Amino acid sequence: MSAALLAETLIDPGLVTRFDAPTWTALLTAARAERLLGTIADKLDGLAMPPDVAAILADTRVDARRDRQQALWEIDRAMVALAPLDCPVVLLKGSAFAAAGLLAAQGRAIGDLDILVPRDRLDEVEAALRGAGWEWVKPDPYDEAYYRRWMHELPPLIHVERDRMIDVHHTILPLTARPRPDAAAMIADAMPLANGISVLRIDDMLCHAAAHLIADGDMAGGLRNLWDIHCLLIEHGEDQSFWNGLDARSRHHQLRAPMRRAVRLSHRIFGTEVPKDWLGGGVLDGLFAARLLTRTSWGQEARPFLRLGFYFRSHLLRMPPLMLARHLWTKWRKGYRPIG
Amino acid sequence: MRHQLGLAVGPATFRIGSAWRGPIDALARLYAAYPPIDFARRVPDFTVRLQPVQPWRRFIRSSIFIAGDHMLPDAAPMALEHGLLAAEMGMNLQMALGWRRHVLLHASCVEKDGKALVITGESGSGKSTLAAMLGERGWRLMGDEFALLDPASGMVFAFPRLVSLKNEAIDIATAGITPERIGPRLEGTPKGAIRHLVPNAEAIARMAEPAVPRLLLLPRYGFAEAHRPVEQGEAFVRLTEASTNYIALGEAGFGALVRFVRTVPAVALDYPDSATVLAAVEALWGEVA
Repeated sequence: MSAALLAETLIDPGLVTRFDAPTWTALLTAARAERLLGTIADKLDGLAMPPDVAAILADTRVDARRDRQQALWEIDRAMVALAPLDCPVVLLKGSAFAAAGLLAAQGRAIGDLDILVPRDRLDEVEAALRGAGWEWVKPDPYDEAYYRRWMHELPPLIHVERDRMIDVHHTILPLTARPRPDAAAMIADAMPLANGISVLRIDDMLCHAAAHLIADGDMAGGLRNLWDIHCLLIEHGEDQSFWNGLDARSRHHQLRAPMRRAVRLSHRIFGTEVPKDWLGGGVLDGLFAARLLTRTSWGQEARPFLRLGFYFRSHLLRMPPLMLARHLWTKWRKGYRPIG
Repeated sequence: MRHQLGLAVGPATFRIGSAWRGPIDALARLYAAYPPIDFARRVPDFTVRLQPVQPWRRFIRSSIFIAGDHMLPDAAPMALEHGLLAAEMGMNLQMALGWRRHVLLHASCVEKDGKALVITGESGSGKSTLAAMLGERGWRLMGDEFALLDPASGMVFAFPRLVSLKNEAIDIATAGITPERIGPRLEGTPKGAIRHLVPNAEAIARMAEPAVPRLLLLPRYGFAEAHRPVEQGEAFVRLTEASTNYIALGEAGFGALVRFVRTVPAVALDYPDSATVLAAVEALWGEVA
């Protein structure tokens, strides 16, 4: 699989000096499909490469610079809109990495702006954002009702002029999922940056990333999330006290198993240095690793049955079976099909 | 993918893969005169995939989903008989969403004596047909869909893909052209009947040559003949609307369009038929060239 080539190149960029044109093509196509082309462009900066590859990566750097600028501007706009509320606002994911200047932000594509606010302030936050030009994306009443009752975030809002999305979270996993992370503690312990912005503590960032990758969703595009985890670990994981703290925090959030699995997968796929006692168990890790590495040289995902399995798993993680049956039936009648 | 083809159009290179043979054969016939891309030596700028909507739809009720490096998740599937059109749409999509080396203008373009006439307008304004006709009448066709404006030099680069002719324009623009240069007639596409025209040998041989933009034309079909000069501000706004990557390019895009409208006069031209527009274009060109 070309995804394996992508992972190897991310951790050992010097490999590219031996690449022929088909290998380059496979690498660039898989990286783009996994939204890791900006990261590749960053890692390979300064290395010798064919001119057609250099041109493609130069284009990617233009996009990454603009992405970052737009993401920082969206943070600024949201903070201005929410300032009057005097409500804690914590950045999540890519926006947080960029604002905090973390290694994980280098070359990373940033899509939506994700923020975390206390659940009892949701209505005020929603009203303030709508007053400042954000509007609903989802017109469907079932989806809307589903989000409000069961999800960990509001239905996505999009800004009417700038066409950029904001996801307002009140916790990090759907309310129907079994683990109940302590969102209040995440907000209370957040790290303040300048201008009233704050981001999660590093161990909470890791818990969130692991929850998102392992305990939610079908792992499509998960290689990028695992790369985030790898970057957070190599930037902060040098001494034992960090790992002890991470272990305690993941237990507190009921995310010990997903955190352990994410760390093992990061070690397995990106060679992250990890204490020995974090590497035990994980008989199913091979399936998870295979799911993360399905991307082919054409940018498609191979292994349809494995992917279908993880698709069903994602729904079982999200909700109890009877509720799942009802949900899938409703979505099917509306014409939604899982694999395409 | 089972079938594949490499293509170079202007400065861009494509790898087109397909689950079916038909679309690749149709492309290979019409792009035969274009420089081939050897994937053993070249890394293409873009990958396009013509894939089944569902795995079993390769055989049963075959239906093409246009995918690739850049794609629209909600794009409507296309009939297999329209595979050639699907490939063209896939290539256009890569350019529209992914090209960063020039300001991409949704415009047709022709060249004479190193100077370019850039024609932009909404769908139905006749810009493809006009460029195709001029390309057979002493001008070099640079492209019927995209003109590529270089922020560094201010020059326009060519993107002479197959000309896409629709409905009544098909007979007008293909009159007198040999059958080898005309693609199959595709009936019942989302835009009606479509037929592709291969640009002539000169347009393909000189596709790497840029030109200095000399006139911007904003045509409207279906009105009595009239023309008026267009001010720089209006031309600027029209060009930003016609560009798919203006925002993505940031300051470089802004600088390129400002320079363009300051140095290139713009004219809005209404016309009722092809004879009128051809005469009017030659007259306007005589004034500026």
